[in-house]
Amino acid sequence: MEWDWNFVWQIMPTLIEGVKITILATLLGSVLAAVVGLGIALGRRSPNRILARGIGFVAEFIRGTPLLVQLYFIFYVLPDIGILLSPLVAGVIGLGLHYGTYTAEVYRAGIDNVPRGQWEAAKACNLSARQTWTRVILPQAIPPMIPALANYFIAMFKETPLLSAITVLELMNQAKSVANTYYRYIEPITLVGAFFLAISLVAVVLLRWLEHRYGRVER
Amino acid sequence: MTDWSGYLSLILQGAVVTVQLTVMGSALALVMAFVAGLGRLSRFAGLRWLATAYIEFFRGTSIFVQLFFAYFVLPFAGISLTPLQAGVLALGLNVGAYAAEVVRGAILSIGKEQYEACIALNLSRWQCMRRIIVPQALLVMLPTFGNNAIELLKATSVVSLISLADMTFQANIVRSQTGNTLFPFATILILYFAFAMIITFSIRALERRMARGLDGVRN
Repeated sequence: MEWDWNFVWQIMPTLIEGVKITILATLLGSVLAAVVGLGIALGRRSPNRILARGIGFVAEFIRGTPLLVQLYFIFYVLPDIGILLSPLVAGVIGLGLHYGTYTAEVYRAGIDNVPRGQWEAAKACNLSARQTWTRVILPQAIPPMIPALANYFIAMFKETPLLSAITVLELMNQAKSVANTYYRYIEPITLVGAFFLAISLVAVVLLRWLEHRYGRVER
Repeated sequence: MTDWSGYLSLILQGAVVTVQLTVMGSALALVMAFVAGLGRLSRFAGLRWLATAYIEFFRGTSIFVQLFFAYFVLPFAGISLTPLQAGVLALGLNVGAYAAEVVRGAILSIGKEQYEACIALNLSRWQCMRRIIVPQALLVMLPTFGNNAIELLKATSVVSLISLADMTFQANIVRSQTGNTLFPFATILILYFAFAMIITFSIRALERRMARGLDGVRN
């Protein structure tokens, strides 16, 4: 079977529709992952032992099981207990929760890297716990972790094709549907691959710049 | 009440396929990791470029796209693979690319004095790598290899989408046959987590075993 440029132009508009959803899911998922990760990282440091342990175990569990199965769980099991989610919302929640457990480790490393003296200074200045976090610790901890966080957001971007399994019409699903309509697989699947490769290569350049700008933090 | 034991055995049949995929995929990934990781450190520019291209390509596109490419597009190029072969190929090559960077990093982390000692002892390049550098680098690689193996285990769930009857695939069958969603998905989540735990603990045991007798030698 030969590569057909006419066919490529014919399917391009459909694929671009998919690209939009892919990017939307990545952006929303990234925001959720950043928030969830911070929540988990702070929860694990809670003085309440049981809470800290519980959150630690849940995070460990989510990280040890496949995203695809979690997506199925959110999409198929939650409606049984009365929570109906649209495919895209379910997908974004899945991505955000899954990658939140990864970004939690980045936050943990970032927070651990803030020198002890800063904590002691905050205490000496009689700052409350809340003030200590928002005014002293997090502003110092977050900039060095930006490259590592960005790294996980790129990884998440590459996982978005999984959302096609729960019927989100993102790029992969659009490609599959045009492939099934015309029974030509070469062009759609190759274009999907090329698209992801292109974005990833751009992302790598962006990441190098971020690393240069903010320095590295151990992942 | 439905008889769950029959459905459970269906899921366990899928678990066997998942374990097979994980073991074979890991074996391929290990080989690729060393080939590409050492290739990037080669004296020959051609080999270095080849290895870099392989690593960037497989890290830049997602496992999902690679799997679809192997299963749907390669047949048009005259290479027909069974779902299991396509799965092992895609998983092994994908995770191998990530692990190759681990190999490279670990080898670069070995001090210069080790190479100088090799030259002083008149060892050939091959002897130096085989007897001095790699045995020391292996210990550095091991924990990250464990993480990579867990990533591979989690990625095996994606093969269910190319109709390979792994654990996730069987869970979906149970879902469509019984209409119950909680039982199949909760079961496989627990099983995946259990497999991940097994990998974690065996890597830890291996690490202790390999680090034996090195106290005081490594800092």
